Amino acid sequence: MNLTLKIWRQKGPQEKGQMVEYKVTDISEHMSFLEMMDVLNESLVAKDEVPIAFDHDCREGICGMCSLHINGEPHGPDRGITTCQLHMRTFKDGDTIYIEPWRAKAFPVIKDLIVDRMAFERIQQAGGYISVNTSGNTQDANSIPISKYNADLSMDAASCIGCGACVASCKNSSAMLFVAAKVSQFALLPQGKVEAKERVLNMVAQMDIEGFGNCTNTGACEVECPKGISLENIARMNREYLKASII
Amino acid sequence: MSGILSSSIARKVAMALSALFLIIFLIIHLAVNVTSLFSEDAFNQASHFMGTNPLIQFAMQPVLIFGVVFHFVMGFVLELKNRASRNVKYVKYNGAASATWMSRNMAISGGVILIFIVIHFLDFWIPELNTKYVLGDMSGYLEGTEKLRYFEELQHKFVSPLRVGAYIVAFILLGLHLAHGFQSAFQSMGFNNKYTKCVKNLGTIYSIVIPLGFIIIALFHHFNH
Repeated sequence: MNLTLKIWRQKGPQEKGQMVEYKVTDISEHMSFLEMMDVLNESLVAKDEVPIAFDHDCREGICGMCSLHINGEPHGPDRGITTCQLHMRTFKDGDTIYIEPWRAKAFPVIKDLIVDRMAFERIQQAGGYISVNTSGNTQDANSIPISKYNADLSMDAASCIGCGACVASCKNSSAMLFVAAKVSQFALLPQGKVEAKERVLNMVAQMDIEGFGNCTNTGACEVECPKGISLENIARMNREYLKASII
Repeated sequence: MSGILSSSIARKVAMALSALFLIIFLIIHLAVNVTSLFSEDAFNQASHFMGTNPLIQFAMQPVLIFGVVFHFVMGFVLELKNRASRNVKYVKYNGAASATWMSRNMAISGGVILIFIVIHFLDFWIPELNTKYVLGDMSGYLEGTEKLRYFEELQHKFVSPLRVGAYIVAFILLGLHLAHGFQSAFQSMGFNNKYTKCVKNLGTIYSIVIPLGFIIIALFHHFNH
């Protein structure tokens, strides 16, 4: 198939960016979206042009690195997948595809389609962990009984890969779904309850410092999340936060 | 914004609490207005009670005014902060793919409701205050008669088709605002469990019934004055 691509090009964080049009031909419908980008980049290199910078790593939907806003939606029009799992069969011959980086004040563009997602790391460092001694005398995990129900909910929350699609899709650039998933995965388990209060207060405070917007419960994040993280996690975080603030 | 409302979640909860307060208020307001469909006297009596009872006038009314002002100011502040959190806009943003129009445009529906409330205050509330507390006429009588004036005033407001049309538009926007806002308030307060489906359905019913009630009352008096 032949496609017209409109891609955001920006030389550096301080440079002014713009949409640039490219034509790609003979794209196989079996290619992944990133493979199509590779083909385009090879053609640019052959013409001595600077290839388009975009994030990618595992290319099997688990690392959370790929981050393209395709035709107005993070990770493209399909549901429950990352950009690397998006296939060209989703598009039609002759389509025009808009490719942009995540847009949020807290995710500044580094180059072209790559954004700085260190804000997520700093939120994690503010409390997204449990303080256990891992120097060889860790006790057996199965010695603490955990209900299957809570273990499953915790695992669902922990499946967040931190790609940032929630922020990218949210009209307010809110990071609530990401932070809620990280708060929930611990809040649901006995090991996480010990530091639950400090965790939620510190992580939410860091989230606010980073300049993410406020959640208005549109639910766009839940729809666009490649891992299907539920809005219930945001409600749980709100409960955790209220509990920690009041009691 | 400082102190207790400095956190994003605290602001969400404050919006939700003021919203729930206003949701309850709307039920009471509609209940009083509905009496005008059935009995002039009942509406006059109910209005006179609401307009002269000291508990309602000096305790409930200031709380209501605070609630309304707070919800609008907070909503406005949040909207500005949220817009600022995306300093470079998308060239192509398909918001409709993942969220409803209502949820994405609470500021627009809220803005229309604000315009309506300002007009409503100028129409009803300011003249009421003037009559009762500036001119000192607490009788509630039509000038020169011994008949309560509220029903007459209500009918008079719904004579103009333009005014009724604008009134209906405002209430349709209120319905759209509530269609998202009702269940959103519960989610903000951390309520999302097996009863959420029930809350969402209740929100849908509420967002249809309440605005429709006000619209029916407006149309009834427009065609029956």
